[in-house]
Amino acid sequence: MKNPMSVEPADPPAHVAFQVFLDGIVAAVRSVFFYVLIGNYVGMGALAHEVGFSFWWMALSTVLIWAAPAQVILVSTLSTAALFEVALAVTLSSVRFLPMVAAILPTMRRPGVRQRDLILPMHLTAISVWVEGMRLLPLMPVERRIAFYNGLGTGLMSGAVIGGAVGFVLAAKLPPLLSAALLFFTPMAILMSSARNSRTLLDGLAFALGLVVGPVVAAQKIGLDLMWTGLIAGTMAYGVHRLREARRKCVS
Amino acid sequence: MSAALHATLQDIGPVLALILFGFLPNEVWRLVGLMLVHGLDEKSQIIVWVRAVATAMLAGVLAQLILSTSGPLASIPVSVRIGASVLGFAAFLIGKRSVFAGVLTGEAAILLGTYFLGT
Amino acid sequence: MSAELHSYLILIVIGFLPSEVWRWLGIALGRGLDEQSEIILWVRGVATALIAGVIARIVLIPPGALAGVPLPVRLAALAGGFLGFLLIRRSAFAGVVIGEGLLVLGALVFS
Repeated sequence: MKNPMSVEPADPPAHVAFQVFLDGIVAAVRSVFFYVLIGNYVGMGALAHEVGFSFWWMALSTVLIWAAPAQVILVSTLSTAALFEVALAVTLSSVRFLPMVAAILPTMRRPGVRQRDLILPMHLTAISVWVEGMRLLPLMPVERRIAFYNGLGTGLMSGAVIGGAVGFVLAAKLPPLLSAALLFFTPMAILMSSARNSRTLLDGLAFALGLVVGPVVAAQKIGLDLMWTGLIAGTMAYGVHRLREARRKCVS
Repeated sequence: MSAALHATLQDIGPVLALILFGFLPNEVWRLVGLMLVHGLDEKSQIIVWVRAVATAMLAGVLAQLILSTSGPLASIPVSVRIGASVLGFAAFLIGKRSVFAGVLTGEAAILLGTYFLGT
Repeated sequence: MSAELHSYLILIVIGFLPSEVWRWLGIALGRGLDEQSEIILWVRGVATALIAGVIARIVLIPPGALAGVPLPVRLAALAGGFLGFLLIRRSAFAGVVIGEGLLVLGALVFS
């Protein structure tokens, strides 16, 4: 029996929740990320096709993993590297989900929310969903946020799945030149987005070093070359960062 | 053992590989984020499941080590290896869950078994 | 790394997972912000370098139709696209368009 004086926001009734969910989907389609995602995933679908994965495998990977870098790693290394190495590489590439989920989930919580209500928002969290969520969620009452975020995530993920399907089919049907251009899209897109997101010297340097160290390590043929590339180039970049920090502290 | 470690896509199939080596390592971080937000609940169903899976994987790795046909253990007959493991485990239980007793007994069993029954 | 070392590594990693990770997390949370953020920075560096390695791999050992494009063209298109990105107000769109354009042109001219 609810205390009429309680200010605890109630769960919205099911039909309202569904409406809010749809609002989330609309917000997803109107977001610029929708088109960026489709573009990215068209390239990825083509890559999956060329490497030899099946249409449904590609779709399943988008739904289950929902992370472009992890998926690119999977698609490009699963058939050639040891599974152990693939798992480690994927694990490393997804570290950023920890702070992202930890930052946005609290905004959806209120007394009475069960952990299992947060599982879907947790899984749907990816960079695009998270950025839009951080922007849009504060604009609405807390009891609507979970449904909205789920809609947002579902909308964006659907765009990605469709993009992947389109890319996959296109790679099969396009003439070789256009198919090559489609495949080239993935490295280009990752390069651009990594460059755009690298606001610090550490990010940029780690990336540049990775590009250089990667082929060198691979040529040594010692196995686990992705891991070594990450560790060597990443630690070098981190070392430079520490040196600069230390020097700055000496000066000030 | 190295064969298992260097297992490839062909060995376990693309979908299983997707789930074990794509989905799980990726989702782990989201799950931990959720744990942080909702509290580190040791009894939560997710953690219970993760522990079950990890324990099962560990058991699988142990079984492979014991049964492997390559590496230093290969020269010891399989029956001796299994027998030593069983004896070691029995000693562990009898010695009131003493890891020391179990390891000691298992080692002794395998050494004696190899000496008397091995090639 | 030898096969035996591999097996021990797996044993340790999988053996620790059920119990240790959670305790370590608790400890890491308890510590000051400084140590945590340094670790996070390092991990970010490693992850970024790893993705760069993946890109290098795709460009240098390309699958399918991309293999039909000569290596110098691929490299030039990548570099050209990146340059375009830098020069045109850090626009990812411009970078991608220029890179793709260079690839197609290069492939048509040189093969």
